[in-house]
Amino acid sequence: MSMASIIYRKLHRQPNKRLNYIQVRLASAATGLSSNEKSNQSNRKIDKLLIANRGEIACRIMRTAKRLGIQTVAVYSDADRHSLHVKSADEAVRIGPPPARSSYLNSSSIIEAAVRTGAQAIHPGYGFLSENADFAQLCENEGFTFVGPPASAIREMGDKSASKRIMGAAGVPLVPGYHGHEQDIDVMKSEADKIGYPVLIKPTHGGGGKGMRIVESPKEFVDAFLGAQREAAASFGVNTILLEKYITRPRHIEVQVFGDKQGNVVYLYERDCSVQRRHQKIIEEAPAPDIMSDFRSRLGQAAVSAAKAVGYHNAGTVEFIVDTLSGEFYFMEMNTRLQVEHPVTEMIVGQDLVEWQIRVANGESLPLGQSQIPISGLNWCFHYSFLLIFCSSIALSKDQNTLDMYGMPLKPGYMLKMWQGDFCQQQEFFSISVLFQSLKLVCFCNKNSRNALSLQEISQFCISVRVETGVEEGDTVSMHYDPMIAKLVVWGENRAAALVKLKDSLSKFQVAGLPTNIEFLYKLANHKAFENSELETHFIDHFKDDLFVNPNDSVSAESAYDSAKHSAALVAACICEKEHTLLKKNPPGGLSVWYTHPPFRPNHQATRTIELDWENEYHDNNNSQNLTLSITYLPNGNYLIKTGENGLPDVEVTVTHLGEHDFRVEADGLSKNVNLACYFKDESEHIHIWHGLEHHQFKQKVGIDLLDNLESHQHRNRSHDSGSHPPGTVSAPMAGLVVKVLVKNGMKVEEGQPMLVMEAMKMEHVLKAPTSGLVSGLQVTPGQQVSDNTVLFNVKAV
Amino acid sequence: MLGFVVRSAKSSSVSSPYRWRSSISSTQTMYSSNRGYGTQPQGHNVLPDGIDRTSDSFIRNSKEMESVISQLHSRINQVTQGGGAAAIKRHKSRNKLLPRERIDRLLDSSSSFLELSQNFQIISLESYDKQQSLANVVSSSSSSVHFFYIQFKLAGHELYEECLPSGGIITGIGPIHGKLCMFIANDATVKGGTYYPITVKKHLRAQEIAAKCRLPCIYLVDSGGAFLPKQADVFPDKDNFGRVFYNQALMSSEGIPQIALVLGSCTAGGAYIPAMADESVMVKGNGTIFLAGPPLVKAATGEEVSSEDLGGADVHCKISGVSDYLAQDELHALCIGRNIVKNLHMAGNEGVNSNLQGMISDYKEPLYDVKELQSIAPTDLKQSFDIRSLIARIVDGSEFDEFKQLYGTTLVTGFGRILGQPVGIIGNNGVLFCESALKGAHFIELCSQRNIPLVFLQNITGFMVGSKSEANGIAKAGAKMVMAVSCAKVPKITIVVGGSFGAGNYAMCGRAYSPDFMFFWPNARIGVMGGAQAAGVMSEIEKSKKKKEGIQWSKEDEEKSKAKFVEAYDKESSAYYSTARLWDDGVIDPADTRKILGLCISASNNRTPEPTTFGVFRM
Repeated sequence: MSMASIIYRKLHRQPNKRLNYIQVRLASAATGLSSNEKSNQSNRKIDKLLIANRGEIACRIMRTAKRLGIQTVAVYSDADRHSLHVKSADEAVRIGPPPARSSYLNSSSIIEAAVRTGAQAIHPGYGFLSENADFAQLCENEGFTFVGPPASAIREMGDKSASKRIMGAAGVPLVPGYHGHEQDIDVMKSEADKIGYPVLIKPTHGGGGKGMRIVESPKEFVDAFLGAQREAAASFGVNTILLEKYITRPRHIEVQVFGDKQGNVVYLYERDCSVQRRHQKIIEEAPAPDIMSDFRSRLGQAAVSAAKAVGYHNAGTVEFIVDTLSGEFYFMEMNTRLQVEHPVTEMIVGQDLVEWQIRVANGESLPLGQSQIPISGLNWCFHYSFLLIFCSSIALSKDQNTLDMYGMPLKPGYMLKMWQGDFCQQQEFFSISVLFQSLKLVCFCNKNSRNALSLQEISQFCISVRVETGVEEGDTVSMHYDPMIAKLVVWGENRAAALVKLKDSLSKFQVAGLPTNIEFLYKLANHKAFENSELETHFIDHFKDDLFVNPNDSVSAESAYDSAKHSAALVAACICEKEHTLLKKNPPGGLSVWYTHPPFRPNHQATRTIELDWENEYHDNNNSQNLTLSITYLPNGNYLIKTGENGLPDVEVTVTHLGEHDFRVEADGLSKNVNLACYFKDESEHIHIWHGLEHHQFKQKVGIDLLDNLESHQHRNRSHDSGSHPPGTVSAPMAGLVVKVLVKNGMKVEEGQPMLVMEAMKMEHVLKAPTSGLVSGLQVTPGQQVSDNTVLFNVKAV
Repeated sequence: MLGFVVRSAKSSSVSSPYRWRSSISSTQTMYSSNRGYGTQPQGHNVLPDGIDRTSDSFIRNSKEMESVISQLHSRINQVTQGGGAAAIKRHKSRNKLLPRERIDRLLDSSSSFLELSQNFQIISLESYDKQQSLANVVSSSSSSVHFFYIQFKLAGHELYEECLPSGGIITGIGPIHGKLCMFIANDATVKGGTYYPITVKKHLRAQEIAAKCRLPCIYLVDSGGAFLPKQADVFPDKDNFGRVFYNQALMSSEGIPQIALVLGSCTAGGAYIPAMADESVMVKGNGTIFLAGPPLVKAATGEEVSSEDLGGADVHCKISGVSDYLAQDELHALCIGRNIVKNLHMAGNEGVNSNLQGMISDYKEPLYDVKELQSIAPTDLKQSFDIRSLIARIVDGSEFDEFKQLYGTTLVTGFGRILGQPVGIIGNNGVLFCESALKGAHFIELCSQRNIPLVFLQNITGFMVGSKSEANGIAKAGAKMVMAVSCAKVPKITIVVGGSFGAGNYAMCGRAYSPDFMFFWPNARIGVMGGAQAAGVMSEIEKSKKKKEGIQWSKEDEEKSKAKFVEAYDKESSAYYSTARLWDDGVIDPADTRKILGLCISASNNRTPEPTTFGVFRM
């Protein structure tokens, strides 16, 4: 049963004058479909689909597939054995060890899995093999339907210079530039004049901005050109130069296109993804604000031409760079896949793009023609959607050991802390995973299998917030893959309304256990310039002082400390109240008399001290501040919280435990909802609190009776004071074989950084840096046998 | 003298058998107007409110008790300061926690802690000694009494250096991992945690309760050992310091776990606390165990050694084996302590315990405000009150099934529940007559046979005196009740809510009758008889003595002598005087009575019920 007809019936139940247009539109879509179905009757339709991906996109594809009655097959690496996408699938096949190249990028294992499960089609999702032409080809060769564009189109668009050539030929506007071999200065100058200033001078080889020059006017050209040549020669040994038009205030706008095997291509309007950081899109919106409808259709037409030029079918995105000063747009590249941010488009057009993909892959023609696709034809309201990517701030690229982030400043040493985590006990020594402790979402609007929401549904049922995720509470976010944990999409009648919802939804997102960019996104969404649609690709750089925490701001530090203290007080009260409810329900030893509330003390009130460590991000040295809270159990069941010497005034807190981690708290006449999340790591209890817009994280040292491993505690302590050796010396804990040496003498290391791997007693042992400092005295080599207590290396603090 | 009736004839009107009935009718009337009687689902066994909130006595009592209780709280506030700010600062600078903080961290969080004899207060050693010999002073000559009281006043908390808050040791009961334990914690901020005579007494009392209730003992050791200047009162006698280790040995032999956490020094005799323990933990750096400290070693053998090398945690956990667990710091030690208790399994007869504890179902709170208890009990003990109004604020749902309601009405007996736990309650409603005593003995027999814990609510002036009583065999009747009280093996808990005078104290399970727990309300008084009565007796004796010697004793002199006597008696009979000598287990806020009884019963139920066999009742 098609979605259109479902909606059609729904509409009949809820007559609404405003919806008449859509009713007509959907009815016509339905008839369109039936004619397509007739023409494809001979083809066997996909009834079992393998999703060659993981995480949220795998889950998202499966939802649509299930709605269409298609059986689903997941594939997984060892790291994902217990992941949500595996649980969500009808069948799941193991395809290899955690590293992507041996699992999700391993074409033959995936094909094998498809053969084994009898799937007829393979959906690549995004990332991994989605834009791998050879894989697309392999699928078709092996007799599987590849739910995506033809291999030829992937190949052509994947080659950046080839694609530009094809686009140029097809009349798609390209960034004016000179890429010729003739490097004579006069030729170059005249080319630059042709392009028009400002012009960007760029060495053909190398990167990293070396040798790049922006030339504002013709008279600066010669000097800049010679300088660039010299620098290029010195840095890369080749002094060839290319010229490009420099776009001062660029916007990044991309157009969603869709083609069928019959050669029809439509565009589903654009998304503005100008707000980026380090080429990672952080927020996207559709439609792009402040553009005229004729510009919109020109953009769309250009995208359609681009797709047609490579014989495209299925979902694709054509990216353009828009010069906000001249109003010109230029082709950049085409993404030959369903993109991460596709739900944004789905929200404004009310279509399920994955369903479209499957239909097109089945050989059906497009469900809607260009004129049937709403938005530009509808000028009664605007629909704005935002897509947000949440992720941990750590993304370790294995070859470089560098960190990449998504909109989050990374504190030095953060990654190294992760190394120390108790959760990196994976098979591979270099996998860093963070146990993802808590994810609470505003609402799972797509809880029911319906995914694409029609306009009617959006406006009538106010389902305007959509969350896509591939993780659940307690999952591990593995370092092997993209650390994105969730996407948030909101829809509003207009941009301002969508922004309000966006901020509200963000404030209700609660993630504990790994760092996220939620706070950053909130600041971004709340920024005046963003509100005013002052979008351009330098947005984040431009406003970085507003968006990032300045680690030396004493005023902010002070107020942050005050609000942390208030949060700590609420944490303390909630902890006590939760404990009380648990004890009441299940008193230890059946001694209910001893666990009354408040706890009894003869002639005085029971008090309790809770010590919380809090890291003030406004302090550059990253040291944690200790908050000592003294809680007095008042006879009326309230808590009197004192926050130390220079603390806030004592506050009396009334707590109602609503369930699990949810509380209603009243302090000083103000009552509000408070949520907590707690988990154990590094011998500390980590406690997160959310209330209103506040989110704080605290650490509480716990007694070892909460940790099972007394032995290791003592062992660790012993290894810290290594007796006769000077401080910083690390010696072999037992006789064994040195397997790997990860550092060199003179190298700077951070505390807890793995330095050496030993094998002994059939187990591998990772020896870590006892302190931060410089490595010295390292003499052992891999393969060397060492005896117990041999000095292996020394780390001298600097 | 024991049977002396302290109260005047006026107060004996309480014993009118009709009073109870009349009070029912009057209170019920009041009820319907004030409390909406009709809406309360009351069974036949629900006690009426029993107080008239508009009466003068209620208002006066409320006011007077208010100040008595605030005095109690301010005393406790001082006591919980331990050895004072400077000592606490010094203590904390060594990375040590205060004893109550240590206990709080050992206890299951959010659990209750029944601290015992906490309000054993700021009394000077000097005055303690003086008061020790007071009995002699009083009986021989009264001339030094006046002098003593001047001293006593000075010896209040103003004389700081002689204060001994809580006796320098904190004891009490609370759960660890759902298992009730007895905590015995030295307070090193008070005289370095040394053992004064009273410290020893408090330590032994805690062990006595632990042995009786089969509670695992957790010793938080941080003590310099016996207080040497007082060695004569600390060391040699049966119930002196040596008894501590004797008790440890016997309890261990009975399967009551003995666990020592060495958080500070543990010198000389103190060294045997961890050494005698089943399991012991030592804190690195702070904990030391040695028979003789470095100064003594140097004096004895010339060996110069640091205390850490002599008896530190490393030495004892790695070399000597005197201690079993090495803790990195105090918190670690407390955690290990908790773990030890977690692993005790059945030690201390847990099976029995959980059976009894498991019986506790949901319970109802009393229908009336427990805070009103303070307005019921008069500070002036001459005033009478109905003990039922008190029971109505102690038992679950104010439900009380009275036994023999119409017979021997000066003693109220009956069954109820406290925090879900069944109890038999015996309370005084006037002087004890023959019938009351017989009724009491009967009720104790019932509870003993059914293994129902007994709660005694003492407000007793004594047994009835006079020829009629004696002819009725009041001594015989009293003896029966005393026999029953003495032999009953069920848990017994005594709360002195008013007077505790004469042989009434015996029959109502005074300290000598080994109640499991005994507490005083702050207004309560205890003594062989009232001050006025004693003064009367003494002046009669003195007068006849003087008469024999031919000395004229003027009316004025007689009154003066009497006044002194009354003053002395008043001081001695106060609850604080009692508690400072450990004649009880603490002075409590009346409003806490129900909670404390609940905890005490729960702790007492930790032991296996024993069958009671009575001696020969004189018939």
